[in-house]
Amino acid sequence: MSRVLIIAEHLNGQLNGATARCVSCAAALNADAIDVLVLSDAGQSVATQAAKISGVSTVRVSDNAANAHAIAQVLAPQIAQAAAGYSHVFGPSTTFGKDLMPCVAALLGVGQISDVMSVESSHSFKRPIYAGNAIITVNAPADKPVVATVRTASWPAAGNDGSAGIEPLSLSAPLPAHTRFVSLQQGKSDRPDLQSAGKVVSGGRALGSAENFAIVYSLADKLGAAVGASRAAVDAGYVPNELQVGQTGKIISPELYIAAGISGAIQHLTGIKDAGTIVAINKDAEAPIFEVADFGLVGDLFQILPELEKSI
Amino acid sequence: MKILVGYKRVVDYNVRIQVKPDGSGVVTDGVKLSANPFDDIALEEALRIRDKGLATEVVVVTMGPADCQAHIRNGLAMGANRAIHVVTEAAIQPLTAARAFLKLIEKEQPGLVLMGKQAIDDDANQTGQMLATLWGRPQATFAGAIAIDGGKAQVTREVDAGLEILDIDLPAVVTVDLRLNEPRFIKLPDIMKAKSKPLETLAFADLGVESADFLETTHYAPPAKRSKGVMVKDVAELVAALKNKGLV
Ligand SMILES: Cc1cc2nc3c(=O)[nH]c(=O)nc-3n(C[C@H](O)[C@H](O)[C@H](O)COP(=O)(O)OP(=O)(O)OC[C@H]3O[C@@H](n4cnc5c(N)ncnc54)[C@H](O)[C@@H]3O)c2cc1C
Ligand SMILES: Nc1ncnc2c1ncn2[C@@H]1O[C@H](COP(=O)(O)O)[C@@H](O)[C@H]1O
Repeated sequence: MSRVLIIAEHLNGQLNGATARCVSCAAALNADAIDVLVLSDAGQSVATQAAKISGVSTVRVSDNAANAHAIAQVLAPQIAQAAAGYSHVFGPSTTFGKDLMPCVAALLGVGQISDVMSVESSHSFKRPIYAGNAIITVNAPADKPVVATVRTASWPAAGNDGSAGIEPLSLSAPLPAHTRFVSLQQGKSDRPDLQSAGKVVSGGRALGSAENFAIVYSLADKLGAAVGASRAAVDAGYVPNELQVGQTGKIISPELYIAAGISGAIQHLTGIKDAGTIVAINKDAEAPIFEVADFGLVGDLFQILPELEKSI
Repeated sequence: MKILVGYKRVVDYNVRIQVKPDGSGVVTDGVKLSANPFDDIALEEALRIRDKGLATEVVVVTMGPADCQAHIRNGLAMGANRAIHVVTEAAIQPLTAARAFLKLIEKEQPGLVLMGKQAIDDDANQTGQMLATLWGRPQATFAGAIAIDGGKAQVTREVDAGLEILDIDLPAVVTVDLRLNEPRFIKLPDIMKAKSKPLETLAFADLGVESADFLETTHYAPPAKRSKGVMVKDVAELVAALKNKGLV
């Protein structure tokens, strides 16, 4: 009896991979319908991409010049209106979804379940609290819509062989004009995206400078990996903020994660719990990162990283 | 302009959280409690805005048990002008907290509300967004920089794609991220001074807020443990191990 509405995340005409992960989570509900809502100023191409996600029933597109940028207080009233007839409204637990979905929940008068890791039943979910140090089972009332964000690292992307119908949707909610988009400064990079990459090489405070980070980038390029960093490395200005991995950065689940010169603070480990294989390189044999590493190597990263790059 | 700051008390971020063996909760008895780290940053930012002459008063708001007094005095010692303590023994969920904040806003008429982007106990990351929605005012979450300019603010947001800048009308709700500033340390004389600053205590029940605590937590469990792997002696051994797994 579940009907799920998933809010598509997209930027510059590209659907974000997080959307297909939300579909996997919705599929775990044995839903009768999994629809994707595309709010954009020109959403056709994003809708076409969403229609290919396996398991999607219908893609609903609402174009409006006000949707040119994802402003939560502009999108939320439209979603609350579109949510009529749905039992569940899902968004990804990315900065897009975290910003937006609580507004939807507030408009619908319900609490939000943040970071859904697993579905126990249509109204029961598991989610992490205390930086992942406890996992709770949360029950939502059956007579109200469920609004949730999906912890993308816990869910695989749904397949890409769907052929959902695409329907235009006309929404009439009044939209505020109190918030204006000014700019988005994106790190320009040809490297794989940190959140969806199969391999990630991360550097920590030990790198010591932005220049020294070149050895991390260089190894990553050899591996076809994305680059990540600890908070300490970001705070010190070695790399931009969007590379931060952890509780307050990105939660990722690559097949291979290489942590170089990262001590393994709990807030960092939260971000890599779901990685397939963790490799730790640290000169301190007692570093906590070794407690979770599948392969640990004690030594100086300035010697080890170049050597590793040469031998693969 | 008056600034209202969300100032929640949580288990200190250095505490190793233990789940009770019967799954009924996490151990909080005898555990160190501190201000939510993001809320310290929110308060620091409010003080800096005031000290630049862009605001006249900073009010910290804590919703929590009666024994939160020492925590609230810390907020006053850091530099807030006064405090509001909404007393509730039971933890309240974000939508209920947002409704309660709205009541305070109606009374206080702040020009800016600063909150943490998330509380590190429930990790909900909701209250600020919900408050902005109920209030019908702008929100700028995950702020890494805030520039107040008359009746507006420019907020730089730390988003997955990079840095986004929003221009918002005031009043508004801004939730702060870690890199916004480095909170000051509290000095002993400030603790003395804080004792005479006004602290208003309100019973949650007297706010006339309809509870929205619909979510029921039925079980707490420790996270699945990653097993400790093996130490390799050199790069050659590491590469062999990774090749073996088909990873390189
Ligand atoms: C609320 C909150 C949220 C946070 N969120 C995050 C988050 O999202 N992500 C995050 O990462 N952190 C986060 N932190 C910070 C976290 O607690 C740690 O401070 C941070 O992860 C430390 O980064 P680091 O490991 O790079 O630095 P350090 O802890 O300083 O570790 C550096 C490591 O490098 C090793 N080393 C030094 N030189 C070499 C060398 N030449 N070769 C090899 N090894 C070397 C050292 O032995 C050490 O283990 C958060 C903190 C708080 C309070
Ligand atoms: N009980 C509370 N008392 C004071 N501030 C709160 C309370 N609950 C939430 N907040 C504010 O809302 C932010 C986000 O909380 P949350 O939505 O629970 O992650 C916190 O960082 C605080 O600034």
